[in-house]
Parts: sequence; structure tokens; C-alpha cells
Amino acid sequence: MSVRTVMIVEDSPTMRQLLIFALKRLKNLRVVEAGDGVEALKKLNQEKTDLFIIDINMPVMDGLKLISILRQNPEYKDVPIVIVTTEGAEEDRKRALALGANVYITKPVHSATLLKTVSELLHVSETGE
Amino acid sequence: MGQDPTKGKPETKGSSERNLEDTLFRRSQEFSQIFNQTKAFVEELLRENERLRYQVAVLQSQQPAGPTLERLRKEVEYLRQRIVELEREKQFLEAKYREIEAENKDFAQRYAEIEEQNNNLANLYVASYQLHSTLDFQEVLRIVKEIIINLIGAEVFGIFLLDERDNHLHLVAHEGMDDVLGLKVQVGEGILGQVAKTGEPFYINQVVRPGPVIDFYHPLVCIPLKIKDHIIGAIAIYMLFVQKDNFSALDHELFSLLAGHAATAIFSARLYTQSERKLMTLQSFLELLTTPPSP
Repeated sequence: MSVRTVMIVEDSPTMRQLLIFALKRLKNLRVVEAGDGVEALKKLNQEKTDLFIIDINMPVMDGLKLISILRQNPEYKDVPIVIVTTEGAEEDRKRALALGANVYITKPVHSATLLKTVSELLHVSETGE
Repeated sequence: MGQDPTKGKPETKGSSERNLEDTLFRRSQEFSQIFNQTKAFVEELLRENERLRYQVAVLQSQQPAGPTLERLRKEVEYLRQRIVELEREKQFLEAKYREIEAENKDFAQRYAEIEEQNNNLANLYVASYQLHSTLDFQEVLRIVKEIIINLIGAEVFGIFLLDERDNHLHLVAHEGMDDVLGLKVQVGEGILGQVAKTGEPFYINQVVRPGPVIDFYHPLVCIPLKIKDHIIGAIAIYMLFVQKDNFSALDHELFSLLAGHAATAIFSARLYTQSERKLMTLQSFLELLTTPPSP
């Protein structure tokens, strides 16, 4: 199975480390980090991404703006987007999903939930089969 | 047989002789009669015998042979025993199946628990690693804030450090708190002050949503920052995110981790920052002393 690339767009380095640590359990997965939306878009020019994990509240460019841009790009209009945020209000969830996010997860994140979501969206497993 | 006894009787015999003849005649007649009857009886017996022999032959041809019947009886007996054995075996297997099923459930539950512990340990590892990854005081405070936000799920909280000179806790970092510039709490005052005084953490087991105005003296959770028994400050959590409705086992582990590791990290970083500042001052002073005065 080919290696899949996940981009984590999150301004908190601690949170990024937590997500990377959780995703390490999935085989054939490569993780790329970005601290905000602008950095994420820059990195997109360098490599293809198969799934995005995006925080909403970020400096420079927030997660919602980044989703809008990604969905307008034909190359990324169907790439799965998982939102991981502290915003637990229903209107925030609806707005993110309406913009094109596939899954909305609130913090604190349960690793098992994240792993299940990513493995289902990418069709990868912990064993790599 | 069937011969007439009166045939050839002489006419001239006497009366006694005649009587004898009569007697003999009668006797012969009786004998003849008995003989005929016996003959008929024997013939009848022979016919009966023939009939019975025929019936025996018929019955013998209809019934199975003796050894086959015995074999069948043994087979039936064996099969009965086999059924009993199989019934017993079936009961044993059913019991074993139930036992394995219960064991399976137990394993599944234990697997889920271990998985949960594994996740918790991973989170604790990352939090601990991040806390000790820098000696920059502001960076350490930022990491503590990130842990409280992202791992515990707190929306409003403050990090206080103890100033032993005035015996007050001073707010050094916060999230979601307005108009708190220069906020300080005396040791022993309110829940926050009591935690700083006793070194015992404070928890409200059930999460209560605070009103619109937050009382900074009465947090939901207050964790002392301790290095061994030396208290250097406290973390007070006033409000959790809407999606967070209770404290998990991991939260309590994180509270313990923050109480010890955050205290060490904050203390080390503060000392390092102070010593760096002092070093820079001394270096500047030395440079001033060693630089020759300009003409």
C-alpha cells in the first residue's frame, strides 16, 4: 500500500505533537506540520496531501478560511478534512461542515476517535493492511 | 381287521359254548370299535402334527435368525450409550463455550482499558516532554496553557506564582480572564489561597457551569505547583469548554503531572531566565570596567 500524507494545521506545538504521536500508530502514514493556514498553503505547493487535520482558531489564517480555499482548489475539493477544535458550539460545527469539512472533533481529543476517523477516511489501519 | 367274527360258526355247539361265542363276539365287536376309534384318533393326531409342523416352519421363516437379533440388540444398546456420551459431551462443550465467551468479553474489556491507558500515557508523555523541552520562562507558561486547553479542555483558567516576599499569589498567565491585570491573592485567602497554604489540591467532582461573572477566588479545580513540599504557585481552572461535562481519569493524571512537572519546569525556567539576565548585567558591567576610556 502506498504511503499517505496527512497535514496537521495547528498553531499549538503541544497539540501538534499529541496528534503526531497518536497518528504514529497508523502504518503507511506520513505527517506534515503547519502552524497556520498560510504555512499550510505554502507546503501544499511542495507535496500532495491525502488528508487535512485543521484547527479553527489560528493566527494569520484561521481554519475556516483555509477550508474555503482548499475546497475551491480542484485538486483538494474532495480531500478529507478533519476539524479538531476547542469550539464546541453547534453553530461552529455547522459552519465548518457547510464549508466542506468532513468530520468535526472537539478538544480534548480522544486518540482512539482520531485514529478511527483517519483510518476510515484514508482506508488505512494500524497493521498497514 | 374288519373281519366278521360270526363267519364259519358251527350250528351244533351247546349253550355254554354259545354263550362263550356270544361273549367273544361282543368282545370282538367292542375291540373292533375301540380299534376304529383309536385309529381315527391317531389319524387326527397325525394331521394335527402335520399342521403344527407347517405353522412352525412358517413362523421360523418369518422371524429373524437368533444371532442377528442379538447383534441388533447390542447395537441398540451401544447407540444408547453413545447418545448419553454425546449428550454429556455437548453439555461440556456448551459450558466451555460460555466460559470462553465470558473470557472473550473480559479480554475485550481489558483491551479497551489498556487502550485507554495507552492513550493516557501517550498524552502524559507528550505533555511531560513538551514541559521540559525549553528553559524559556514564557515558553514554559505557553506550554502549560496549551496542556490545560488541549488536554484538559479548560476555557477559563489562571496560572499563579507565589512571591514569598509579599506572601501573595500573582497571576502570570491566563486564558479567558478579563480585567485581571495585576491580580493577586493572599496565601490563605479563598480556595486559591488555601491551596497555596496547604499544598492540597481542590476539585469539585461534578462540573458546575459558573455564572456570567467568574469568582477568581473560587475555582472548579485548583492545583498547587509543588517541588517536593515547596509550593511555588497554583493553577486555577474556572470554566471548562461546553463539550466537556466531567473530569476523566486522564484529567486527574494531568493534574498530578502539572502539579509536579509544571512546577519544576516553571521554576527552572524562571531561575534560568533570572541567571541569564544577571549574567548579561555582569557581562555589561565587566565590559564597562575593562573598556579603556576614550581619549
